[in-house]
Amino acid sequence: MGHSPEDKASAKGVDRRHALECMIWAGTGVLWTVVGGVPKSLNLLGSAEAATAETHGFSFLQISDSHVGFDKAANPHALDTLKEAISKVKSLPQKPAFMIHTGDITHLSKAEQFDTSRQIINEAGLDVHYVPGEHDMVDDVPGTEFMARYGKNAKGAGWYSFDQEGVHFIGLVNVVNLKAGGLGQLGAEQIAWLADDVKSLADSTPIVVFAHIPLWTVYQQWGWGTDDSTQALALLKRFGSVTVLNGHIHQIMQKVEGNVTFHTARSTAFPQPAPGTAAAPGPMTVPAGELRGLLGISQVSVVQGKRELAIIDTTLAG
Amino acid sequence: MGAKLKLVFALVFLFMAEVIATHAANAAVVVTISNFTFDPAEVKIHAGETVIFKNVDDIPHQVVADDHGFKSKALDTGDTATFTFSTAGNFGYFCGLHPHMLGKVIVAP
Repeated sequence: MGHSPEDKASAKGVDRRHALECMIWAGTGVLWTVVGGVPKSLNLLGSAEAATAETHGFSFLQISDSHVGFDKAANPHALDTLKEAISKVKSLPQKPAFMIHTGDITHLSKAEQFDTSRQIINEAGLDVHYVPGEHDMVDDVPGTEFMARYGKNAKGAGWYSFDQEGVHFIGLVNVVNLKAGGLGQLGAEQIAWLADDVKSLADSTPIVVFAHIPLWTVYQQWGWGTDDSTQALALLKRFGSVTVLNGHIHQIMQKVEGNVTFHTARSTAFPQPAPGTAAAPGPMTVPAGELRGLLGISQVSVVQGKRELAIIDTTLAG
Repeated sequence: MGAKLKLVFALVFLFMAEVIATHAANAAVVVTISNFTFDPAEVKIHAGETVIFKNVDDIPHQVVADDHGFKSKALDTGDTATFTFSTAGNFGYFCGLHPHMLGKVIVAP
């Protein structure tokens, strides 16, 4: 089950090495740190270690759910907030090594929406690794536009892996071939590929998995989970450090299970209600002054020689 | 002049009768997609009749048959999809973007 940041922040008796916390910075952001392969927050890390992270590691950036093409009441200017998010990225004091986008790049999979999003996101001047959301898969032949742009070096419906300074990154796709009554789905072919992809890695290799729909069940009634994620996670059980980054739910949720830390990012387009707090999980309209406090980006820092990552979630209001 | 006017009235009447008859034969049932639900979730029609799906949510939805026998485009706010069911049977469907959303069309002969 999902936990709100506040829930986790107040959790007691969690082993420090396995602790994952997040700290909301005056309502503007959250910092995560992963040590020993397990994320924990900056407030646990301490400023000295944080300083080390800045000089002896690397960071990467996560953005999600930009929904280019969305113009409804919850945010008639979703393109502007994406631009603001990219401005935040450009102004970061520590330049990220690259960026990941965890899907719903577009609202309706239209070619011009993909082109506009790429034009804006590329303004950050970073390599971007994309995985699709379900909104990127609704063209006539699902995934044509996405794969033409981002699937050239990917397998299957767009999954792939790469390495950065000893960390193994895995981009998964759980938004295709969805079944009636089901949740997100990875499928047997992708899970077999994953088994092969990680089989030669040492247990000590830090793993970062990213996919659109959460790889744990945040809220089944709203479809916020992935049916066969347990099969994928079983393949990662032997690793000392697994960080799972998702989008889809347009809000921060996190959970720690053994050595696996789950984290979802905010959207750059519109917020959605907390699980069960509304009739449905659609775009949530808030007073105009509150919108930017609910949209944002996430920055993840990797400290070499440490087994912790630091994740800072920053809102557009911050 | 009088005869001509009568003819015009007759033609108009015939035209209107045809419109009414056509409308009756194609009486469409409307399923509204609202708050991530198909409403009503189950509709009963006869073979040859039509179901119109209308999305009023602020997020796209997509009508997909369980067996993929029919599939709409992604329906943005206000968009509709129309399917005519020519054969009897039970046709379950779901939302292609949010597959936890389920509905059924029951078609009598």
